Order: sequence, then structure tokens, then C-alpha cells
Amino acid sequence: MTEKTIVKGNVTGKVLKSSQPINFLGAIDKKTGSITDKKHDLSGKSIKDTILLFPHGIGSSVGAYTIYSLKSNNVAPLAMACQKVDLTVASGCALANIPFFILSPDEYDNIKDGDEISLG
Amino acid sequence: MELTEEEEKSLSGEHGEALQTAYRILSATGEATNAEKLIPIHWAHVSGVNYNTIGDAGEEFLANLSKKAKFKVRTTVNPMGYDKDSVEKFGLDENFVQKQESIRKSYEKMGVTPSFSCIPYEIYDLPQEGTQVSFAESNAAIYANSVGNLKTNKESAFSALASAITGKSPYSDLRKDDSPTMSVAMKISEPNELTFGLLGYFAGKVADKSVAISGVKNLDKRCNKSLCASMGTSGTCGKFVLDDNSNASEKVDFDEKEMQKVYDELNTAESGDLITLGSPQLGLEEMTDLAAMLKGRSFKKRCLIFCPRVIQEQARHLGYAGQLETAGCELLSDCCTCLTPLVTKKDADSVTTNSIKGAYYLKNSNGLDVNLKPLSEIVRDETR
Repeated sequence: MTEKTIVKGNVTGKVLKSSQPINFLGAIDKKTGSITDKKHDLSGKSIKDTILLFPHGIGSSVGAYTIYSLKSNNVAPLAMACQKVDLTVASGCALANIPFFILSPDEYDNIKDGDEISLG
Repeated sequence: MELTEEEEKSLSGEHGEALQTAYRILSATGEATNAEKLIPIHWAHVSGVNYNTIGDAGEEFLANLSKKAKFKVRTTVNPMGYDKDSVEKFGLDENFVQKQESIRKSYEKMGVTPSFSCIPYEIYDLPQEGTQVSFAESNAAIYANSVGNLKTNKESAFSALASAITGKSPYSDLRKDDSPTMSVAMKISEPNELTFGLLGYFAGKVADKSVAISGVKNLDKRCNKSLCASMGTSGTCGKFVLDDNSNASEKVDFDEKEMQKVYDELNTAESGDLITLGSPQLGLEEMTDLAAMLKGRSFKKRCLIFCPRVIQEQARHLGYAGQLETAGCELLSDCCTCLTPLVTKKDADSVTTNSIKGAYYLKNSNGLDVNLKPLSEIVRDETR
């Protein structure tokens, strides 16, 4: 059902969906998993144990370490799914072993914030 | 992605854990970008050196990796958290210094060139045009592609690290086809480096992998660096070309209205408690320029200047470092404005800078307000 699997895994969980790209270095607290960028539409929310849907990653190459740290600190999402691939999220998820999917435009649009879904 | 027999063996762990980790990363990024194969790269530049950004998990990962991994190609590194020559002045806790030292040692153990700079393109000779490299640090990747005539994707800290260990990278995206799909028309007259920073931030937001910019004839080094750094901050775009006749399918204008929007997003203070210059770090040309602008003047506030160690040494040898210090500047090497642990809410509420990238991270990571001004205005307003 997904367009492409970048990091394999089967997950079921609640969707946290953002309409904005995420800069993992500047916008997330790696110790708590909460979004610290006040201008982001997920500001103040925790990504822990969610299926995190967002258009794509942006910005710093070091964001990959943030994704790895989120996993080490037990505050990572269960899985991530994007519209578009970027190397920071792909490599961060690969090393942290967080399932990561690219969704088709229709599928991405049909999944709503708060939905209970399964991926993989 | 098709792997050779040897690469498959490495991925399955036959050649050890370090190579297996590296190939796992390259397989994921290769699949993600629809690469058909891996190709050799000739220079890797890795990010993920500053303890402030990679934290305990990063420090432990690198300590563990360095027991088994050796870099296969020439590998340079991004800035770390502080300058060891002045670290005592900044009151960092002992834990920070210990962890930062551990990170430095891990990289050195793996065979890094200890550059601790985000401007490798300015302190080393560039290889022949078209050479495939693997640069994390977004400003360096964009500069390498757009100004340096090299080829790299906008690598992540891990994909560049994997390239350093294997000497390879997936053949995809900008390595293969770097033609722009969007053209941005520069409509601002008499632009300075701050204007180009704002343009880069805008272009990075709207463009995909590569962007054409029309209405700009040529750029000096300061404007080029400012554009590359801000473009790398706001998006996924890894290359720009100056081209008035691009056949890109989409076209947008960067006019006063768009510029004001970006400025208002990042400028949150009317003045700063201190000044930081250098994100990206300053090169020799920028240091000598600044020394000339400051002739007979001195800063009314603290002014921190971030530059690579080799540049500081050259500037000292030529007398410019002394002139800048006489004007009240503090020179810091091996570290940078961006994600610095040296400027926190304990030291200041707001910072004046001409760097869009610096502004973004000072605001979002350090929680400080930012006053944005071009260098000429900083010198005019903040010195006497």
C-alpha cells in the first residue's frame, strides 16, 4: 500500500500529521521528543510513539543524529512517512531502525491526524 | 539498487560491523533516491561534530564506531562546540568538554583531517571540475555544486559518514541530473550579503533539488556563502545556477514583499546584546575586508568572529587578527555561530548578525532573539 519502503517494519499506531516540513536539528528536543519550533504547526506536541506524517525533512544534515538520539532516548516515533524523500530522514531512520515509508499523494492526503493506521 | 558481490558481503556483515553499518545507510539512501549503483567519491566532509548537536547518543555512537572504522577517503570535519584556546572563558561545564573531546578523538581515530570548519571549500584546494565528493554540511554541499563545480548530493551527517568509511555514494539525484526545475527571479536592487541570504532562504523553501536564479550577474564570496548557507537551512535544495534564460518549468519572483516576509520570520529584535560574525565561518578575504572597514574604529559590544584555525593563523601572520582584536573582536576557531553552546540566554537576550543561517539556529536552538543587519550597517551602528 505504500509507494516505497525505505526502512522496513510493521507498525500500528496513531497518526501525528503536519502540513509543514521538519528540520530535525532546529525544531525538536531530542531528549523529550517534543516540537520546540514555535512557528511549526506541531509546536509543543510530542512525536513519541506516533506514526509521524510530514511532507519531508529540511535543513541541517545533523538532523540525522537527532533522529538517532530520539530512538536512543526512547522518544522516537513508531514510524515516519513522507511525501518526498530526503537524505537526512532516510539515513537517520536507517541507522536508528525506525520504519520509514514514502506514501503516494492520494494515500498521504487520505490519512488524517489522529487516525489509527497500520503501515508496512 | 544493484550492489557488487563485495558490497553485498559488506552489507551482510562479512567485513565487520562498521562496514555493515555504512552499507546499511548507503542502501537506504540509495533506495530512497532510486540509485542504480554506488560510485566512488574522492572527498567526504562530515557533520555531527559539535556535542551540542549530537548529544550523548551521538558521542556514544562515534566512540563505538571508531573502535572498528577507518576512513577510506580524505575526510574533513565540521566545527565542534568551542575553541580550546578560549574555552575557559565561556563557562562550559566539564561534562561538555569531556564529551566534546571524546567526539574529537573518535573522528581522529578514524583518520579525519582535523579541519573543524564548515567552509572546506575555502581552506583546501578544490579537485578537478566534476569530481564526485560527499559533503554533509548543507552550505558546503551547495557551494561545492554551485560555485566549486564539484558533484555531491545534499548529504546527511550519516550518508557522508558512510561515504567516508566506504569511499562510495549512491549515484542519484544531483550526482546524475542537476538541471533546475524552478527559476527564481531576483527583483531586489542594490543587494548586499543579507539580501542574498534572504533570497537563499526563500529559494530553498520553494525549490526542490536545484534552482536557477535570474537577475544576478555575479556574486562575491561573502554573498555566495550567505546564499548557500540560508538555502541549506530552509529546504532540500542542493544547487543553484545563475541563469537568466533557464528553461525551468516553474518561475517565481523574489520581490520586496517576499523579502519582507522572510525578514520578519527571522528578525525578532531591534538590536542585539552582542554581535556574532561567521555562519559560515569567515575566510581570509572576509577577515581582511572587515579589518579594512574597521580602521580606527572599535566595537561598542562584544563581537565574536568565527573562522577556521588555519585562517586565524594566516590572519595573525599577516597582522589582520591583531587589528581585529584591537577593534574589540574576539576570534574563535574550530567552532561556529550555528548551534554554538557559547552564546546562550545566560549571556544575552538577543544577537546581532548578518547570517540568516545563524539567525535561524540562534532563534530555534538557542532560544535567542535576533537582529539582522548587513555587515556594513553592523560596522556603522555598532562601532565608534
